[in-house]
Amino acid sequence: MPSTPPARPEHVRDQVREHDFGVVNKPLTRWERIYGNGLVRKAFILAVLAGIWQGYAMYLANPLILPTFLETLQSFLQRVGNGELIRKAGVSMKVLLWGYGIGLASALVVTILAMTSRLGNDLLETLTAMLNPLPAIALLPLALIWLGLGNASIVFVLVHAVMWPIALNTHSGFQGVSPTLRMVGRNYGLGGFGYIRQILIPAAFPHILAGLKIGWAFAWRTLIAAELVFGTTSGSGGLGWFIYENKNVLDIPAVFAGLFTVILIGLLVENLFFRIVEERTVRRWGMQS
Amino acid sequence: MIGEAARPLLEVDGVTLQYKTREHLVTATYRVSFDVHPADRFVLLGPSGCGKSTLLKAVGGYLAPVEGSIRLKGAAVSRPGADRMMVFQEFDQLLPWKTVRQNVLFALEASGRLRGREAEERAMAYIEKVNLTRFADSLPHTLSGGMKQRVAIARGMAMEPDILLMDEPFAALDALTRRKMQDELLQLWEGTRFTVLFVTHSIPEAVRVGNRILLLSPHPGQVKAELNSDGTDGVDPATGMRLSDRIHHMLFSGEAPEEEAVTHA
Repeated sequence: MPSTPPARPEHVRDQVREHDFGVVNKPLTRWERIYGNGLVRKAFILAVLAGIWQGYAMYLANPLILPTFLETLQSFLQRVGNGELIRKAGVSMKVLLWGYGIGLASALVVTILAMTSRLGNDLLETLTAMLNPLPAIALLPLALIWLGLGNASIVFVLVHAVMWPIALNTHSGFQGVSPTLRMVGRNYGLGGFGYIRQILIPAAFPHILAGLKIGWAFAWRTLIAAELVFGTTSGSGGLGWFIYENKNVLDIPAVFAGLFTVILIGLLVENLFFRIVEERTVRRWGMQS
Repeated sequence: MIGEAARPLLEVDGVTLQYKTREHLVTATYRVSFDVHPADRFVLLGPSGCGKSTLLKAVGGYLAPVEGSIRLKGAAVSRPGADRMMVFQEFDQLLPWKTVRQNVLFALEASGRLRGREAEERAMAYIEKVNLTRFADSLPHTLSGGMKQRVAIARGMAMEPDILLMDEPFAALDALTRRKMQDELLQLWEGTRFTVLFVTHSIPEAVRVGNRILLLSPHPGQVKAELNSDGTDGVDPATGMRLSDRIHHMLFSGEAPEEEAVTHA
């Protein structure tokens, strides 16, 4: 027998308005709120790592191999206090910003060139394929011969480290801009540089930002490495040189303090600068969650 | 105005369009001709593959015909321009980094139509026309699909172009919102009498929105008929058929007409 659903009467109901019953909401417990804070979780991980370090170093009891966390911290604070580390970090940052700035500008020029013609596009693809895998530090010997023992050589190497990853990311970002947005831009009669500046760059900004971050990390690493190889340009070295110098006099806590500074600056730039830029741009625009 | 009414605003004359894919050269339309007059709500209607969107892009200036000509106010269309504003189907046609107000304003300023205070006032006036004043400072990703399309329409209208080109603007909306947007578009038209070229694949939408409907057949797109619509879809005494049924028969003649489900609203 084929089954038929039972006959039921229809009904229409009045709706209860929202303010008549109110929104149900329950506060989170204190523990949930603390655990929900990313900074707290990360600080906890850092504290555990520092604890492990302290414990193992005390067990080894050999400050020449591994000074304890507290010794390192003390050395760090002392050298920040007497201005030495700040000065060295300043020297490093100045060179870094030069290299980063020139690298960024060159990357933009190359990428915009690539957007204007097919040959430019092939040029960018070929150059990045060739030069991106080449470790920047491998160019240092050449740079020393060409530009001499000075900041110019380091800046040259930094430009190489920064330019290709940024160009690569920016280029793929430009290529990923939706055809609709492109048509919208051209509909306004935009063309050439105005079109790139007002449509392509903001539309590709998530990719560009990723490129900037990668470029930053590459530049920072390359800089410290280059300073370790030859840091003492014009009498005042940077952080890499600070590490190298202290290793020579077997002041191992200071070596660690130098490394600590390198990490700290990296964290600050990543978590403050790039995080803020991200919040104000791609996240605000809903282009990245 | 009466003297001008005799001369079409947009003349599409024997236009054949082709585009290249990776493997093929596709002919999208073959010798299509039609005229659009001022204040027309001209609809291009046809099944997928009839080249209606390609045709609209050609009018927009994104694609050059291989044969025939497209003239706006007597001048050949050669490139995209602000005298032909496009409204697309895709929700991502708004610049996500600009608020509703800035999106409309940017169109006015980037195209050099208006600047400063005047542009600001014009932008807000059109945002009000589409009832989005409250959301003028919202970013596009916080708006619903229907609201985004209303911003795109406000942006197009604010430019006061010679002709508004709409490429299935409501196709990505749900059926209820779609109906509402069609009504709103008609109300806006009543207010300003702009000229619009409207692409759709929905017969009810074409009948509702258009005053003149160009029927295209697929592969490649060719003109099948050009019909008048009064928006009511009433029974025509001459043929004894509703306009939508007539269109349906024309598009699907040869296929069993009674079997074919009548297209949904």
